[in-house]
Amino acid sequence: MSTLELENISKSFGEKNILDHLDLRVNDGEFVSLLGPSGSGKSTIFHMIGGLYQADHGTILLDNEAINGKKGSISYMPQTPSLFPWRTVLENVVLSVELHQKPDKQKALEMLERAGLKDYANAYPHELSGGMRQRVAFVRSLLSPQSFICLDEPFSALDEFTRLEMQKWLLTIWEQERPSVLFVTHHIEEAIFLSDRVLVLGSKPANVIKEFTIDFKRPRNEELTLTQEFLEKKKEIYQTLRGVLDD
Amino acid sequence: MFRKSFLPVSVIVSILIIWELSSRILAIPTWILPAPTVIMQEAINGWSNYQHHIFSTVFLTVSGFAIGVSVGLLIAVMLHLLPKIREALYPLLIMSQNIPIIVLAPLLVIWFGFGITPKLLIITLVCFFPVAVSTIDGLRHTNPELIHYMKMAGATKKQIFTKLELPHAVPQMFSGLKISATYSVMGAVISEWLGANKGIGVYMTLASSSFRTDRVFVAILFIMILCLIFFTIIIAMEKIILKWHPGKEEQ
Repeated sequence: MSTLELENISKSFGEKNILDHLDLRVNDGEFVSLLGPSGSGKSTIFHMIGGLYQADHGTILLDNEAINGKKGSISYMPQTPSLFPWRTVLENVVLSVELHQKPDKQKALEMLERAGLKDYANAYPHELSGGMRQRVAFVRSLLSPQSFICLDEPFSALDEFTRLEMQKWLLTIWEQERPSVLFVTHHIEEAIFLSDRVLVLGSKPANVIKEFTIDFKRPRNEELTLTQEFLEKKKEIYQTLRGVLDD
Repeated sequence: MFRKSFLPVSVIVSILIIWELSSRILAIPTWILPAPTVIMQEAINGWSNYQHHIFSTVFLTVSGFAIGVSVGLLIAVMLHLLPKIREALYPLLIMSQNIPIIVLAPLLVIWFGFGITPKLLIITLVCFFPVAVSTIDGLRHTNPELIHYMKMAGATKKQIFTKLELPHAVPQMFSGLKISATYSVMGAVISEWLGANKGIGVYMTLASSSFRTDRVFVAILFIMILCLIFFTIIIAMEKIILKWHPGKEEQ
C-alpha cells in the first residue's frame, strides 16, 4: 500500500515562481504520468518529493504522512541510468537497499532473472547498451525498500526503437509488481501507453491544468498505440498541450 | 605486447650500439664515459660488492613510499571532507613542493641527525604530493548525477563518501601513485647522499669521487631498474583493482 499526495504545493526560486498551488494524487498501485513541456518544473516536483528542496507552502503526504524535506522516502529512477561503473549489475541493483539495510542478493538475482538480465548479473555497466543500463536502473528502483517509485523521464535519452522496447518491458514488469508510480515525461504517446492517468502540466508556474483517465485494459500491447481510441486520446492531449504552449 | 614494446626496445638498443661503437672508435677513456659492455662487466663482477647497497635502498624506498602514500591519502581525505581547511592549506601544500629537496635535506640532517628519520621524511615529502593532489581531484570531480541519485535515495554524507566518492577517486589516485613510485626511488637516493653508510646513493658518491665512472653507471642502471619495478607493481595493482574501468581493454 502506497499513496502519494501533493497538497497545495508552491515553490519559487527568488522572483521566479516555479510551482503555484499544485495538487496531485497517486493512488495505491496506480501508474500516473506527469506530462509537460521542458522547463515546466517537473524536475522541481521530484526534487521536493525526494526531499532535496523544501516547498514554500503545502504538504507532501506519503501514505498520509508528511515527508516535506525528508530525504530518501521514495524510490527514484533518474533520467540517466546513474549506475556506479565500479559495481557489477548485481552490486548496482542492491545499492538502494544497501543504504538502508542489509541487501538480499538472492532476491536481487530473482528480480534480475524476471527482468531478463540474469546473464548480465556480473557484467559492468560499460559493457551494457543504453537500454540495458536503464533496465538495470529500473530494477534497482524496484528493489529499493521504499515502495513508491518516481521515474524522471527515464527513456528520454534512448532512440525510438529502444524506447518502444523499454516501454513494453516496463509494462510487463510493472504489471507483475504493481507498485505505485509517478512517471515524468514529455512524450505524449509514452504517457498514454503506460499510465492509468495522465496529468498535463501548465508551465510557469506549473500546475495540473487537465487530467485524463486512460482506461485501456491491461495487459497492454503495442497494437494499442494504433487503435482509433488511442489516437483520439493522443489528439485530445496534444491539443491541451498546444494550448499550454501558445499561452 | 611484443609489438607494443618493439619500438621502444629498438630505440634503446640502437642508442646502446651507437654508444658502444663511438666509445670504441673515438677511444674515450673509461673514467669519462665507459662503454655499455664495460658497465655490464662491472655490474656482473661487482655484484657481491654492491648488492647490500641495493637492498638497503629498496628497504628505504618501500618504507618511505608507504609512509608518503599514507600521508598523501590522509591529507586528501581530510582536505576533501573539510573544505575550509582545504582553502587554508592548499597553497601551503603547493609551496611545500617549491622548496628544493637538495636545500632542505641538509636542514633535516641538522634537525634529525644521520638516522633513518630525515631520509624517510625526504621520501615522504616527495611522495605525498602527487598522491594527495590527484586523489583530491578525483574526490572533487565525482559525477554530479551520481551524487544527485545518492541524495534522492536517502544516502547519508558518510555513505556518499564511502560508497561513491572514495571508489570514484581510485583511478585518479593510481595516476598519483605511479608518479610517487618513481619519485620515491629518487628521494631515497638523494636522502642517502646526505650521509649514510649504505645505499645506492652512497655507492654512487664513493664511485664518482674515486673516478669509477663505470660504477656510477651501474648505480644509474639500478636506479632505473628499481623505478621500473615499482612502476610495474603499481600498474599491475591498478589492473587488478580497476578491472571495471571502461577503456582498459582498448589500452
